[in-house]
Amino acid sequence: MPILSLNKVTKSYQSKLAVNEVTFDMPEGTIFGMLGPNGAGKTSLIRIITTITKADSGSVFFDGSPINSKSAEKIGYMPEERGLYKKMKVGEQLIYLAQLRGMTDKEAKNAVKYWFEKFDIADWNNKKVEELSKGMSQKVQFIATVLHNPKLLILDEPFSGLDPVNANLIKDEIYELQQKGTSIIFSTHRMEQVEEICDNIVLINQGQNVLEGGVKEVKEQYKEHVFEIGYNGAISSTVLENITVVKHQDQKLLVKLEDAKNPNQILSHLINNGVQLHSFQEILPTLNDIFIKVVTNPNV
Amino acid sequence: MNKLWIIIKREYLTRVMKKSFILFTILTPLLFAVFFGVVGYIMSYKNDVSQKIIVVDSGNLLNKSLKDENNLYFSFSNDDLETTKTNFDSKKYAGILYVPEIKEIQSKKHTIYFYADERLGLESTSIVENKIEDKIRDYKIEKLQLDKKQLESLDTKVALEPESIHPKDGKSEATSMTDKVGAGLGTFLGILLYMTILLYGSNVMRSVMEEKTNRVVEVIISSVKPTQLMLGKVIGVGMVGLTQFIIWGILMFVIQLAVQAFFGIDLQQYRQPNMATNVDPELMSSTMQQMVDEIFKINWWFVIPMFIFYFLSGYLLYASLFAAVGSAIGDDIGESQSLSMPLTIPIIMAFYIMFVSIRVPNSQLAVWSSIFPLFAPIVMPARLAFNPPMWQIILSVVVMIASTYFFVWLAGRIFRVGILMYGKKVTLRELGKWMFYKD
Repeated sequence: MPILSLNKVTKSYQSKLAVNEVTFDMPEGTIFGMLGPNGAGKTSLIRIITTITKADSGSVFFDGSPINSKSAEKIGYMPEERGLYKKMKVGEQLIYLAQLRGMTDKEAKNAVKYWFEKFDIADWNNKKVEELSKGMSQKVQFIATVLHNPKLLILDEPFSGLDPVNANLIKDEIYELQQKGTSIIFSTHRMEQVEEICDNIVLINQGQNVLEGGVKEVKEQYKEHVFEIGYNGAISSTVLENITVVKHQDQKLLVKLEDAKNPNQILSHLINNGVQLHSFQEILPTLNDIFIKVVTNPNV
Repeated sequence: MNKLWIIIKREYLTRVMKKSFILFTILTPLLFAVFFGVVGYIMSYKNDVSQKIIVVDSGNLLNKSLKDENNLYFSFSNDDLETTKTNFDSKKYAGILYVPEIKEIQSKKHTIYFYADERLGLESTSIVENKIEDKIRDYKIEKLQLDKKQLESLDTKVALEPESIHPKDGKSEATSMTDKVGAGLGTFLGILLYMTILLYGSNVMRSVMEEKTNRVVEVIISSVKPTQLMLGKVIGVGMVGLTQFIIWGILMFVIQLAVQAFFGIDLQQYRQPNMATNVDPELMSSTMQQMVDEIFKINWWFVIPMFIFYFLSGYLLYASLFAAVGSAIGDDIGESQSLSMPLTIPIIMAFYIMFVSIRVPNSQLAVWSSIFPLFAPIVMPARLAFNPPMWQIILSVVVMIASTYFFVWLAGRIFRVGILMYGKKVTLRELGKWMFYKD
């Protein structure tokens, strides 16, 4: 059963259509990438899922039932534009936020203790947020998001502003939470992170989902049958006459095949012409390529 | 409900536990005491240079006597003005006061002259003028052969005593003092409400602005409803205000007791220093006694609950609107002023109407202002001590409840849109449109 299921969700602000009939399912326990250029409607969509706003039409199911204000307690949301009360002490602030999400005072204290030990930052308890560095306060922000053991975690650009060490730390936490069964929505426009982390993606552009599925499947779907061939020696230009060469450099040949054509054909063609091959590999498009392609040519 | 309580608790505790709050709350009454002490001292500062003045009284109007006062010492010269001038020793005397004779006894104006290198100063001038006026009055009484006693009996003090046509049994009658005590109480209550609304209303506004600029608001409203957040803030800040008032009340009381115990001074004496010097002590103490009697005559069981009602509803109404304005702006202080203007104007207007209402408590302006919801919280408490008709009170309370409910709802509508809106310059018209946005 999907943890989150959107069906024809539509939301408009005055004359502007922010979300247009978005439909997708998010499998439970996965890391789900929500991609899209700036202004595509990602934040509007997240605000609907987190019950900050309501959809004009369409339905959102969370954990098997329509979303309501109670389901917000099972969701952890870290907005892109982050903020904490600057004058409040770290410990008090975390307890406050956890209580607002339905935890009792005692549960909240235990959870804070757990995360403080995990990140080895117990001495921050009495510090005010304004005394923390940016990286430190990002950590606090992350703890604030996951403190109440949400079933669904929504992270909007979680790595922006983090140095590589802290980014890795957070990444490990994300994996660990996934291991424990948390479903995670990862909203970003940084494609290399998506490829690394996500199992499934949905691509939002101009309020619509234009692409959806597993990362591997999407790449398969958008592959252009480009192969990289490594060889020794030289290839005479006559050999390449009927082949679409994308790039030819440093004894590496990038060729594009017609859809149906079996890659074996080109291999045997090269071998028959005496080319010394040592590698042959299909080049799948990066999500970045797909992203740009889909966003710039919505008709493809 | 539970979450509202969590928010109220945070808003309250973070403010009350701040060092600045504790310092401000404790120091304010002390600072006020010191301030009034210093101001009182400065204002009562008398002429500290003794000046000897020669008086040339050519018409013998003064009968050779003029009492020394305020470091002015008078001595009379037997010579005429010219001789006195030539013999004048500027090291010994500050100047010559020349009082010419009165030629026409009916004349209402008489000019006297002061010859000196330095002028006398405003205060000394008026002291001298008053002295000579009194002397000339005595002189004229004598010359016109009037009876002094008869003259004094011309002045009559009139006091208007209000009496009801159908007096109720057991109820003590109002006296002319009632209105004065009522006016004092009314002004006090009105000013208290005015200050609370302006001070704590803008505190709510700033706090909302801060939360929005901090972006903490987006995290919060994914767990609570915007209206809850707004109400929590408004109520929390309101409780901070109440706490402050209670502490101030206690401190004032303690300071007064302490001063009385340590110095044996009754502060009441200092409240009205001008009256104390002119009115004889017997009359003074009987007036005090009368005032105390009147204070007990006021129907406190009615005034206090009503005051609390207007305090709460007025604060809730205005603070919510301030919160709504705060949500619409980010960190732009200039913008906040232009948008909070429509809120501060009615508050200030109500403040002035309050003074009119004390002067003429049953005027049309006073009556309708104490029913109009934006003015009522400040104007009505000021009228309470004057026993306004029951229908006005009931109407005012009903209108107040309905409009508080309406304005809080309205503010909530604006707030929920405003706190998520960034990078947009907001106009009043825009705010109006937000009310009709769907969730």
